[in-house]
Amino acid sequence: MSGYRIVGDVSPLADHGFGSRSLMWWGVVGFIMIEGAAFLLGCAAYVFLIGHTQPWGAGHLPPSLLWGSAFTGLLLLSDAPNAWLSRRAHAMDERVTRTGLVVMSVAGVLLLAVRAFEFTALNAKWDQDAYGSIVWALMLMHTVHLITDLADTMLLAIFVHTHEMDGGRYSDVTDNCLYWHFVVITWLPIYALVYWSPRVLG
Amino acid sequence: MSASRPRAAKAAEMSALHERLERTWATPPGLWGWLTTVDHKLVGRRYVVTGFVFFVLGGILALLMRAQLARPESGLIDADRYNQIFSMHGTTMMFLFAVPIMEAMAVYLVPLMCGTRAIAFPRLNAFSYWVYLAGGTMIWIAFLLNVGPETGWFSYVPLAGPEFSPGKRTDFWAQMITFTEVAALAVAVELIATILKQRAPGMTLARMPLFLWAMLVTSFMVVFAMPAVMLSSSFLISDRLIGTHFYNPAEGGDPLLWQHLFWFFGHPEVYIIFMPALGMVSHITATFSRRTVFAYPIMVLALVATGFLAFGLWVHHMFATGLPRLGNSFYTSASMMIAIPSGVQIFCWIATMFDGKPRFATPLLFVLGFIVTFVLGGLTGVMLASVPLDLQVHDTYFVVAHFHYVLIGGAVFPLFGAVYYWFPKFTGRLLNETAGKWNFWLFFAGFHLTFFPMHILGLIGMPRRIYTYRAEMEWGGWNLAATAGAFLIAVSAVMFVINVAAALRRPRTAGANPWQASGLEWATGSPPPAYNFIYLPVVAGREPLWEEGETRPVMEGLSSSEREILCTSVVEAEPDMRHPMPDNTLWPLLAALSTTALFIGSVFNEWALVWGAIPLTACLIGWFWPVGTPRRKEAAA
Repeated sequence: MSGYRIVGDVSPLADHGFGSRSLMWWGVVGFIMIEGAAFLLGCAAYVFLIGHTQPWGAGHLPPSLLWGSAFTGLLLLSDAPNAWLSRRAHAMDERVTRTGLVVMSVAGVLLLAVRAFEFTALNAKWDQDAYGSIVWALMLMHTVHLITDLADTMLLAIFVHTHEMDGGRYSDVTDNCLYWHFVVITWLPIYALVYWSPRVLG
Repeated sequence: MSASRPRAAKAAEMSALHERLERTWATPPGLWGWLTTVDHKLVGRRYVVTGFVFFVLGGILALLMRAQLARPESGLIDADRYNQIFSMHGTTMMFLFAVPIMEAMAVYLVPLMCGTRAIAFPRLNAFSYWVYLAGGTMIWIAFLLNVGPETGWFSYVPLAGPEFSPGKRTDFWAQMITFTEVAALAVAVELIATILKQRAPGMTLARMPLFLWAMLVTSFMVVFAMPAVMLSSSFLISDRLIGTHFYNPAEGGDPLLWQHLFWFFGHPEVYIIFMPALGMVSHITATFSRRTVFAYPIMVLALVATGFLAFGLWVHHMFATGLPRLGNSFYTSASMMIAIPSGVQIFCWIATMFDGKPRFATPLLFVLGFIVTFVLGGLTGVMLASVPLDLQVHDTYFVVAHFHYVLIGGAVFPLFGAVYYWFPKFTGRLLNETAGKWNFWLFFAGFHLTFFPMHILGLIGMPRRIYTYRAEMEWGGWNLAATAGAFLIAVSAVMFVINVAAALRRPRTAGANPWQASGLEWATGSPPPAYNFIYLPVVAGREPLWEEGETRPVMEGLSSSEREILCTSVVEAEPDMRHPMPDNTLWPLLAALSTTALFIGSVFNEWALVWGAIPLTACLIGWFWPVGTPRRKEAAA
């Protein structure tokens, strides 16, 4: 080998991309896989422990449906502006992206407030028995994700209102929206287990 | 893509480009550079060195155990200290040496094999190293202060629960898990993104080097397996510290939940350790046999199949827990099935050597040592997959012999071969070949002298994890032989350290490709410059350096004034977009320090999880706050 033969030039290529073209998307998906595995195993642990207490949740009232269902409804609703924000960020619509991030930040704060009421109405403490322990574990796991994504959304909201946007930032916003989908989807099996399994099996 | 090419690169143009790239990618000298670097080669190198330090520490503990067991009723070490020593030995070797060092080798080598200028998420990579270092340091300081773990590397409950392991010993162990798993998961995500998105143009999935395949499968296994141990250790520490009842049968919990969660991680862990080694073996075998690896597609399928099957075996660690018979039969057959892809690979390597012109340099000797040792370990593995036999030898030295054969045979032999093979790339210097051969033969003889007698000890009834035994058990002779073997391994390790130290004193004369190997990592200097490749290599086959003609095909056009890499498509590796890469920064270290404060604080007070989150959040905001000018505007200008 005596030297280099330059066969192409990559300088005309785009300097940002959306979805699976972007490196950051792979990072977000990587962490979604990790946390998804943790959620699956947490739910599996819940199901495993069901077999150890007859009837399931004995000695406790089931968690109050009011706050849990309100949270579920609001969370599902929040995915509509989230999907809208994702589409508009992909289209690099600066005005809507800025507004959408504020809307999603407010939605996150509201959801966190409802989540706080949920914790007061679980009707079990973590240190009472294994039922209480696993209910709190699943609720805390999901709440940590709620807080993490809210923090990320607020950080992006502040940034887009104080800086000029570029393609990379729009791509970050769509990745953040993807993560919110994940937060919404993972809640559904937890809602079913925490709120409905003691009612059905108890 | 510009149409005015191909053209030859001119020397003056390359010299100017080199200077600009050096300014853009270099790590500043001195302490500041050391603390802030995000260069995957520097991080990878210190990861490897730290891993070897823990290997030596774990080895010293092994020697202490062997010294204690060399004769019956020895009073060298008391029972409590012995418990801590075997727990620390397993913990160090599994969590602080084996997994991290394989990932560390990948952190250094994967971007070079991909032909890219940086690892994906380089700040996360630096963070991963600091967190790993903090976790390892924490558990070793705890051990030296007599609060080391005491319940074995898999910390079964109820032994590890609040009732039978009071104090902080097991809490430190559980938090060490959190540290090391955070580090390992971070690297896994980086490697997946690097391998899938940053391969050189033309390096399709079907042309990817086998080490990249091995690391891709390993990284996915890490992603799906390690959350299980983080979850189980979080349940354990909360049972111990805040009174939850996950593992307490009196309150509806179950100790078997620990075993299921732990082994759902623990069994794939074995493959997470030795699958990278399989990739290393393929590269060494091909280079020293002077031919491509026999049956490449079969090799790839075997790696992927092993990755899937590894998740179907965890219950074979639990045959003695009284699970339903049908379940046992399923896991027996799955355990036997995994021998098939492993066996296929062994045959392919033998065929590669048989059909090539093998040169038995030190790296290939270690590969041969691997094949012999790993096959023996695999055979006892098939034996242990059978429930009646497993129940007979459960918790005896037969099991100790088996897993040392597969882990040292399957991972440490190839790792030593890999160090001899890639040492010139890491350092620019070759290791001494004569000393290498001594290193190998002493290690090979010492290994088998240590661990083969353990099969017999297990069959004649010696349980594992006992700190002494009575003379009339008649285990003394075999134990003495094992101890002699262990010290032979130590001599071999000392020889390796001397070989490395002596090589580091010599000038850097190895050259870019001292073995005439075929992979892209050999297409740049030894050691590589900060920017890895002056131009982007272009690949047209599986063995690029063996296939190129008079000149090497490359691409130009990435920025030389700011850090930028090329992203390619996942399957075909077609050039897709340019992507910015971060500069050196202190935030990963600060974030790791905050994480350390949070984890260690939570061992003493659960509220540290809340208060500790505040500085950590501040660090993460500093880390993620985008810096630099908007790229779209710059492109337009």
